[in-house]
Formats: sequence, structure tokens, C-alpha cells
Amino acid sequence: MHPTLRHLTAATAVALGLAAATPAPAQAPAQAPAAAPPANTLDAIRARGTLICGVNTGLAGFALPDSQGVWRGFDVDYCRAVAIALFNDANRVRFVPTTAQVRFTALQSGEVDMLSRNTTWTFSRDTSLGFDFTGINFYDGQGFMVKRSLGVQNARQLDGATICVQPGTTTEQNLADWARGNRINIRPVVIERLEDNIAAYNAGRCDAYTTDVSGLAAIRAVQSNPNDHVILPDVISKEPLGPLVRHGDQRFADLLRWIHFGLVAAEEFGITSQNVQQALASDPRPEVQRLLGRTGDLGRMLGVDNAWMANIIRGLGNYGEIFERNLGPIGLQRGRNALWTQPGGLQYAPPFR
Amino acid sequence: MSSASDDPRHARPAPRRSFRLSWADERVRNLVWQVLVVGLVGGFVYWLWSNTAHNLEVRRIATGFDFLGREAGLPIAESLIPYDPSMTYLRALTVGVLNTLKVALAGIVLATILGTFLGIARLSRNWLVAKLAYWYVEIVRDLPLLLQLLFWYALLQGLPGPRQALNPIEGVYLSNRGLKLPFIEWEPAHSWALVAVALGLLATLFYRRAMRARQMRDGVPRRVWPFALLAMIGAPVGVWWAMGAPFTPDVPVLRGFNFRGGVDLSPEFFALLLGLTLYTAGFIAEIVRAGILAVHQGQWEAAQALGLPRGKVLSLVVLPQALRVIIPPMTSQFLNITKNSSLAVAIGYQDIVSIANTTLNQTGQAIEGIAIIMLVYLSISLSISLFMNWYNAKIALVER
Repeated sequence: MHPTLRHLTAATAVALGLAAATPAPAQAPAQAPAAAPPANTLDAIRARGTLICGVNTGLAGFALPDSQGVWRGFDVDYCRAVAIALFNDANRVRFVPTTAQVRFTALQSGEVDMLSRNTTWTFSRDTSLGFDFTGINFYDGQGFMVKRSLGVQNARQLDGATICVQPGTTTEQNLADWARGNRINIRPVVIERLEDNIAAYNAGRCDAYTTDVSGLAAIRAVQSNPNDHVILPDVISKEPLGPLVRHGDQRFADLLRWIHFGLVAAEEFGITSQNVQQALASDPRPEVQRLLGRTGDLGRMLGVDNAWMANIIRGLGNYGEIFERNLGPIGLQRGRNALWTQPGGLQYAPPFR
Repeated sequence: MSSASDDPRHARPAPRRSFRLSWADERVRNLVWQVLVVGLVGGFVYWLWSNTAHNLEVRRIATGFDFLGREAGLPIAESLIPYDPSMTYLRALTVGVLNTLKVALAGIVLATILGTFLGIARLSRNWLVAKLAYWYVEIVRDLPLLLQLLFWYALLQGLPGPRQALNPIEGVYLSNRGLKLPFIEWEPAHSWALVAVALGLLATLFYRRAMRARQMRDGVPRRVWPFALLAMIGAPVGVWWAMGAPFTPDVPVLRGFNFRGGVDLSPEFFALLLGLTLYTAGFIAEIVRAGILAVHQGQWEAAQALGLPRGKVLSLVVLPQALRVIIPPMTSQFLNITKNSSLAVAIGYQDIVSIANTTLNQTGQAIEGIAIIMLVYLSISLSISLFMNWYNAKIALVER
């Protein structure tokens, strides 16, 4: 099916789902069908035995099925971490690929329990769409990629340029905002499918391609000759990415928030998938012992097993390991996503006590 | 001769039975079923509506069309009316509707002209012409439209870049950024001249009608073209001259990345128009051929017996009768062009679907966004249908 039709059908289907869902469970608790988002998502996931996680339809490094059809990627690992915390089994996740257009309705209507899908935390999404963002696991920003032969050094020189951009995200708006703010004239070419966009860019229909820098790196890495393309140093927007849940899912949101902090804290403490067993047995630091569940009751306070973090680190590694395994191969540096203890790093976890 | 009383159907009016509240009474049965069906459909619609509203409210999702008044902030490459990202969503969506109308109307006109020629060519006595038209129709009809659009778009992208643009004549540039043509600086005088052209066209139509009426009376044919020339060209030029005859050429020049000045035809618009026209012309050709073949052979022979040449037979005798058969299926093709123009998103032409999609993504109001898209297509399609039905009734065979 044609991509637009697919999006429209999907969006219509979701809209119909929203329409068909029975009124609030509070009014009809006995007959709430699966279509209505449950009042307590955490209990619903437990009862179902699997987590339903909305991910990207396919973006190298973040969410992409491998040759065996197993989903791999940075965002995918965050879904798996939740499954480990709840069931101690990284495979009890059903991944639902969502396009930029249908992702929000999919979460709103209860089709997925959570989104872990390169989604930017913005004011309006947090307030008027009925979502709660649970943290920032990737600090991104929108940039430009141009052909090296064009001789462009920075984005300001793109005055008058034609720029390819994919619709359905805030990318288009950022581009327009940036151009207005800098009194620069740009001409957009808005093509729906990523592949067609890249083809138009490669054919010279556009002088530049714009999306989040992480996406540019992923695209540049698979070009026939990556060195012919430059990612300009200018970053024109802030794109803090992170998982999100429905508004009102406080306990589920707490779990997601502290899984991310736990992964960051583990990196800070130097606990990796290799040495977690050893640390559990003999690390003398009290906070590490609480994090790994040897002492204290942190897991139970979240409503999961006390060994939740130890299990996650054993299965997936700490934040740094997850980053390197998934995003290292596409050429992304840690940059702002380094720990706060590194120069320029922003990843910081509140204390585990 | 025949009067109502002779017609057996009117001989004896059916007795008016009294209304009985019984299942045996047909009228009671009809009433019950109709009320039941209308009630069920209405109830279902109400249930959908109220449930959606309720669920949206419970999930704290913003609803309503307030967002239309907010700043859109989305960039649009081509627009028939002035637009910049600081304008509202309503304005952006209007630009989208106009872009859809632009490509749909141009497509309808071009596909009709091309399709009619192809349909006539299919019936040509020239073997080569007939076979070429035959293969054109077969190939174009059998390939998915989306594929054809992507093909034309890829082909247009294969043109050289703006710095190596083809420059057949001074001021005309063809590159992968589209076709650039010189134009004039638009001033009010030009708008008034256009108004004069429209009035001239109207006047010419009335004049022709009056002349035809006179010809019907005395049989003397009268020339219309001198009047048409005067009304549609002389008068507008006069208006333009009277307003100071402004004329400043606006020639495109290459500056920086792209051309400045002049008017352009973007590759996206061109690929979409080309794809829609060539694809639909294939179907229209078959409709026209069917319409011509539906006219009885005797009509051809009778017209030829009057000594009319083949071209006149076609235009004066056969085509007017074929139109009766052609118009109803043609309406469907016009609707198809309009709806197929929504494939524009695939090749980056910003029509209503493209802009509404971005809008619903930026505002998160999917239901409203899709409702707007449906409303726009429904309005355009119903307008085309109404017009074509009116035209169909006008040209239908007047039966006695």
C-alpha cells in the first residue's frame, strides 16, 4: 500500500479505535475491553505477560530488525529493560513499529503501553496531548547534511538553498523557525518516504538534507561514499529524546524514569554487564548495593523485584554499553550524552536512596 | 388522440384503503422498517461520536478546531496566495486546498484533451496511429499510478543541476529545480486586463448565441471571430494601455544556489501533473472510443450522404451524440484525478494531504486533521459531480 494511504488508514484505524473504545473504565469497570487504555497500565502489562512497546519503523541504531527478525537498537533496549524489570525476561516484549504520524494516537488509544521511539520532549506534547515524558535518554539536535563538493562551511551559507525534509515531525517547523530567525530564504521539498528523500538529495534536487544529527549520521553511514557528505557543525534545535507514557500512569512512569537513571548511575559507578555479578557480591559502596538490590527495598518501592537493576545490567549493560553497542556502529559520538562527569556531558542521575 | 381515460393504467385508480395498524398493512411494515434502520444508523453514529468525545476528554487530549487560528510555522514551497510560516494553520490548509485544486483542474483539462485525441486515434483508419494509441492505452492503464509518478519524478531529477541548467532560449532555464520562465512584474493593470478577458469571453458567448439564433431564422451563417478578437484581445489591451501600459520584464538569473525572479514550474508539480494526465488520459481514451462506437453507423452514413467531410461528420454529428454516453463515466475519471492527486505526498508536492498531515502531527489532533482532509475531498468531488450532472442533463437526449 502507498505510504500515505498506510498512514491515513493507520491514523483512521486508531481514530476509530478511540471512537469504539468504551467510555471510561470508571463508568463501566466490568466490561472494559482491550481497546480502552486500562486505568493502571502496570497491572495490565503484568496480567497480559508482555509489554507492548511502540518503536520506530526502522532507523539504524535506534530500532531495526536484524537478519533474524529480532529487533535491535538503542530505543529497543529501553523496552527490553522494562521487560526485564517486570518479568526478568528481555523477550517478553511485543514491538509495534509506529510511523511519526500514528505514534501519538497509538499511545493515546492504548494500542501500545509506551513509546520508545526517537520522540522529542516538547511542551505541547507533554501538556495538550496527554503524555508524560519519563526522561531524556538521548540529547539530539537538528542539523544539515550537504555534499562536500558544494563547499558550504556552515548553515548560514544555505541562504536560497533548496532543502529536503521529511514531513510528520517537528523537523519541518524547526527548519522554518530557523530560517525566519536568521532571515534566510529556504525552499523546502517535503517528501514522505525517507528513501525517496535521500534519492532526491542524491540526485541534486536539494542542496541539503535536514533531520536530527543522529539520523544524519545513520544516513551518512550508509551512503556509497560517506566522505562525499558533510554534516554541518550548526545544530538548529534541541531535540531531547526519551520514552513516554500516557498521562496518569505515574507508577509506570516512575519505573521508566528510574530504569534510565539506574543505567546512567551504573555507568557512573563503573558497573558493567561483565562485572555486575562481582559487584553484587563484593562492592562495598552502599549506593551500589542499594542499586543492585542487595540491601534496601528500592525495587519493591517501584513495584518490581529488588534485583531489577542487577538483572537489567546483566542482560543489557549500563547506559554507556547500550550506547556503544547500538550507536557506535553508525558513527555517533557520546558528545552531550556523555556522563556529567565528562566535559560537555549532560547525562546525570539523581541519587539512589 | 390519447387521453388519460384511454390509458389502461389510469382506467381505474387504486382504491384508497383505510390505514390499519396491523402487520398485514404494507405501509405499516414499511414505516417500521424505515424507522428501525434510520434509528440504528443514527444511534451508531451518535454512539461513535459521543464515545470519541468522551474518550478524548478522559485522556486529556485537546479537541476542537481552535488550532486553526494558531501560527502554523510550517514551510510551504509553492503557493498561489501569499504565505509565510508566521501565518495560521487555516491559511496553510487553504494553500494546500488551492494546490490540490490547481493540479486537479489542470489535470482534468489536459487529460480530457489528450484522452479525446487518443480515443479518436484508436479508431483511426491509419494503422500506425491506431496501433500507437492502442499500445499507449494498454501500457498506461496497466501500471500503478504511484509507480508512474515516481518514474516521472526520478526522470525530472535526472536533469542537470541549476548551475549547468539547459538554456534553450534567453531567460528560460530547465534544471532539476524545475522550469524557470521569464515573467513580468505583476501590477493592478494586469489584473484588470485579465478581468477584461473574462468579460470578453462572456460577451463572445452571448454574441455567438444571438448570431446562431439569427442563422436559424434566415439561414445565413455569420462570422463570430471578428467580434471575439475585439472582445477578448482588443478590449483587454485597451484596458492595459489606458492604465499606463506597465511592462517590466522579470527574467530569472542564477544567484547562489538557485534562480531568482521569473516564474517556475517545480519538478514536483510537473511530475504529478504529467503522471495524472498521462494515466487518466488512457482511461478517457477508452471512454471516448466507446462513446463514438455507441453512435449508430447509420448516423455516419447519413452525414456522409449529405456530403460532409469526415472531420465535420465527427464534430457536428457523431461527437454531440457520443457525449451522452461519454459524460457519466467521464465524471468518475474527473473524480479519480482529484482523489489520485493525494498521491502527491510521495513526490513532495504540498497538497492538502501533505499539509494536513504535517498539521495533525504538529498539533497532535489526528481526528480533526483527517476530518478536514475528508471534508475537502468530499466538497471538491461533490462540486464536480453536481456540475457534471447538470451538464449531463443539459446534453441528454431530449425525449418526446
